[in-house]
Amino acid sequence: MTRSDSPLHGRRVAITGGTSGLGLALVRELHRRGAAVAFVARTADRVHAVAAEGDGIAGVVGDVSRKDDIYPIALQITAALGGLDVLVNNASSLGPVPLAPLADTDCEDLEAALATNVVGPFRLTKALLGALAASAREARAPIVVNVSSDAAETPYPQWGAYGASKAALRHLSRIWREELVGLGIDMVSVDPGDMDTPLHALAVPDADPASLKRPEQAAVEIADLLERRLGGANGEPERDAVAAVGR
Amino acid sequence: MTAASGPRGGAARLLVVDGDGAIVHRRASDLPALVQPGDVVVANDAATLPASLTGRHEPSGAAIEVRLAGRRSLAPQRTRRFVAVVFGDGDHRTPTEHRPLPPALRRGDRLHLGPIAAVVERVRAHPRLIELAFEGPLEDVWEAIARHGRPIQYAHVPQPLPLWSTWTRLASVPVAFEPPSAGFVLDWAGVIRLRERGATLVTLTHAAGISSTGDPALDALLPLDEPYRVPGVTAARIDEARAARGRVIAIGTTVVRALEHAALPHGRVRAGAGVATQRLGPSTRLRVVDAILSGTHEPGTSHHELLRAFQGDDVLSAMAGELEAAGYQTHEFGDFVWLADGHRAAASRSAVA
Repeated sequence: MTRSDSPLHGRRVAITGGTSGLGLALVRELHRRGAAVAFVARTADRVHAVAAEGDGIAGVVGDVSRKDDIYPIALQITAALGGLDVLVNNASSLGPVPLAPLADTDCEDLEAALATNVVGPFRLTKALLGALAASAREARAPIVVNVSSDAAETPYPQWGAYGASKAALRHLSRIWREELVGLGIDMVSVDPGDMDTPLHALAVPDADPASLKRPEQAAVEIADLLERRLGGANGEPERDAVAAVGR
Repeated sequence: MTAASGPRGGAARLLVVDGDGAIVHRRASDLPALVQPGDVVVANDAATLPASLTGRHEPSGAAIEVRLAGRRSLAPQRTRRFVAVVFGDGDHRTPTEHRPLPPALRRGDRLHLGPIAAVVERVRAHPRLIELAFEGPLEDVWEAIARHGRPIQYAHVPQPLPLWSTWTRLASVPVAFEPPSAGFVLDWAGVIRLRERGATLVTLTHAAGISSTGDPALDALLPLDEPYRVPGVTAARIDEARAARGRVIAIGTTVVRALEHAALPHGRVRAGAGVATQRLGPSTRLRVVDAILSGTHEPGTSHHELLRAFQGDDVLSAMAGELEAAGYQTHEFGDFVWLADGHRAAASRSAVA
């Protein structure tokens, strides 16, 4: 699909965790399809390097797990894009590194996973809800994508902090989606599958990369999902609350 | 009246003045009950900038506070020039009327404002009022404002306001210098209830400027010119409501200013961008708006002048008495009033007669 054909063309998209793994692949893929992209990440040098990859990519330095960062992040996103149609809550924390059974997990590591994976997306989505509602009033079909994991459903030993936080995010998405229907804002929880990313390398350092999905592939699948959600020539947009892509 | 120190949402009070000047006390959460099927409610969805930047004036080395106060365009990524009010040393805990003047400001002076610098491009007709341009890449300007800026605030709220407390629920694009505070009346549950009542909620975006400088000569220049944008869907919904004899209810003075500026003959509204330059007051004949939901404003302020477009001074005086006697709270986080356009009510009565 060429840029101007894509339903993503001209959409204003924000992505958290945009300098590595799936987030970086999404920045590139959605920009390639003609979206105006703002991304968030913690490390200034890496933010500036990714932002320099193309016109129409704006970088915001911030940490979604920090309460005081949320509104400055939201302000810079909407200032850069002039509004917002798509929010991808992608930034994730693994919890304890190396992975540990819950009984050996420090409370602080569980709190850190919850802060990044649940409370951060909740806060940022709330801060940007006004912009998303404005998008809905102008019939631009806004959508929030929360990046989930099969660890949100399957009780993998050692993945307790991550799995519990992703399960909370997934359930939050499902409830919030019901509440946002009336405002015309869609929300979906997406499981991209096991990917060859820095986060996965922290969790399973000796995994064979060849056995893992490439984040670029997952980004294509999520971009395709967004195009189906946004509708277009092929009829009714999809409307499921939970989506597993490409698996 | 006493000042409230933070948003209170539906728990706030609402004094209702109908077209005949009759007064009823309600709660802010009653707003949906005041709206009738077919009405259109128009709110300002501007998010609020942390528009107070502290720093120093390069030529003199003096400490200053710069309050961004006006802009020509709503487009954030094309905006580096602002009108600003400059104070000398100190902060919001000193009432603005007691704040010292800044050092003498001249064209070309550089201002160091935390991580960023700006140049004075012009000093307007008052030593506090300047036009400035930020230096550096625009994304650095917005990062500096987002991280170094603080919400503009006043001595009635001594504790520092977090940025989130200055954004209404509907806050979208950061273009306002102070909150369009009547919007604090709405939470998301209220938005849904408005629709369940059969009313339509639409928005416009208006760069609400500063409400007070503490300097009578400068306050007399308020409101400054304010850019706004009326989305096509908003103009269309207003037209439909008027055609079906629904009312246009403005949430806040900024909405009235924008809609009346964008007014076309027969109460239609022009969609698109504009810059509101007019002043509204007792001689204004409202062409679009039927009622305003507003904060409580004190006589003498430009906001109070605007209320005089809705009701005569006798009714406003009775309203002020009720607000005082019943202990309503004032300022940006205070209680609310609903004012129907009494002039229009009188006109329709005489038309019937």
